[in-house]
Amino acid sequence: MATEATVADAASKPGMPQLDFSTFPNQIFWLVVTIVVIYLVLSRVALPRIGAVLAERAGTITNDLAAAEDLKQRAVEAEEAYNKALAEARAEAQKIAAETKASIQADLDKELAKADAEIAARAAESEKAIAEIRDSAVESVKTVATETAAELVSALGGKADDKAVAAAIAEQMKG
Amino acid sequence: MADEAKGGGLVIKPMDQFEVKPLFGGSEIGMFTITNVTLWMALAVLAVVLMLVVGTRGRAVIPSRAQSVAEMVYGFVYNMVVDVAGKDAVKYFPYIMTLFVFILFSNFLGLIPLSFTTTSHIAVTAVLALAVFITVTAIGFIKNGASFLSLFWVSSAPLPLRPILAIIEVISYFVRPVSHSIRLAGNMMAGHAVIKVFAGFAAVVAVAPLSIVAVTAIYGLEVLVSAIQAYVFTILTCVYLKDALHPHH
Repeated sequence: MATEATVADAASKPGMPQLDFSTFPNQIFWLVVTIVVIYLVLSRVALPRIGAVLAERAGTITNDLAAAEDLKQRAVEAEEAYNKALAEARAEAQKIAAETKASIQADLDKELAKADAEIAARAAESEKAIAEIRDSAVESVKTVATETAAELVSALGGKADDKAVAAAIAEQMKG
Repeated sequence: MADEAKGGGLVIKPMDQFEVKPLFGGSEIGMFTITNVTLWMALAVLAVVLMLVVGTRGRAVIPSRAQSVAEMVYGFVYNMVVDVAGKDAVKYFPYIMTLFVFILFSNFLGLIPLSFTTTSHIAVTAVLALAVFITVTAIGFIKNGASFLSLFWVSSAPLPLRPILAIIEVISYFVRPVSHSIRLAGNMMAGHAVIKVFAGFAAVVAVAPLSIVAVTAIYGLEVLVSAIQAYVFTILTCVYLKDALHPHH
């Protein structure tokens, strides 16, 4: 370097300002003032404030995580409750269906039995009526026969003996 | 700072930027004179207050940009203290944070053209390093009593070697504040001087483009160095503190 000599020359003339001891008290005094001021500002204001903010943030994050975990737990519980309710509802529905079916079956059976009984009663009644009609017919035939026989006997000039006619009619009816 | 001398030679005064000058006239520099040192240290305080107090005034759980920067710096230094020096060093965290932000902002403010770099002065860094050295040594003796001296007695080494190692350890212990302070001041001074030298060459038309590129490149490097030296000073403080709190190897 061509300028080395001039640089050295320029530096050597006043010497290094760093080694000018007459400025040391001044520098040291202001340094101590500066350091004390910065230390007081940091230790009284800045560091407690930043520390508190960081602690608060850490606390908030922890709380939020815990809350999220709690909510997740509750969601799982809600799902379980929902599934349980669904299963219960299904079972209930099946039970109701079965009961309804059973009660309908019972009603049906009862109605059928009642209908059967009625049919039987009606049939018996009808049989009775038919029997009555037949009996009355037989009686009518007997009366008509008796009367006809009596008329026939009297018409033939005989004297109709009621007892004999009745006996004869009974005799004929048997046959 | 560079000007063509009458003879045509280039005169570069890279060390002028480090001169301590009274701000309000006069040439006497007494202890309480308001100098450029006062101005740039006050600006460093202002920057610290802006970042760590004004930036965090929202105290928001979801931080603003300024607040997240402040939180990042806080977390960075806090984790450094805990990782390097251990949990019981946390009570010294405000002081270590003070050192870190002061050095960081002094270094960065010094990169502003025409500014004054307070941390390039050995007087400043020596006071910072001596304060750390004396405090740490005092803490070591108060916490551990005489057993703090076991720091110098390497019990894992073979017995005949131990006295020799003890001498080396003692020397290295007392060299600590020297290296601690000169490392920072030397880095800052060298970087700024080199920038100034290259800036001086920019006055020569033939090499001006090259010199401007070089200034830009070295400026970028100096930004890195500013942050790294603040980090190095702080982490060494933590290492020394760890030795004081736990002197047994």
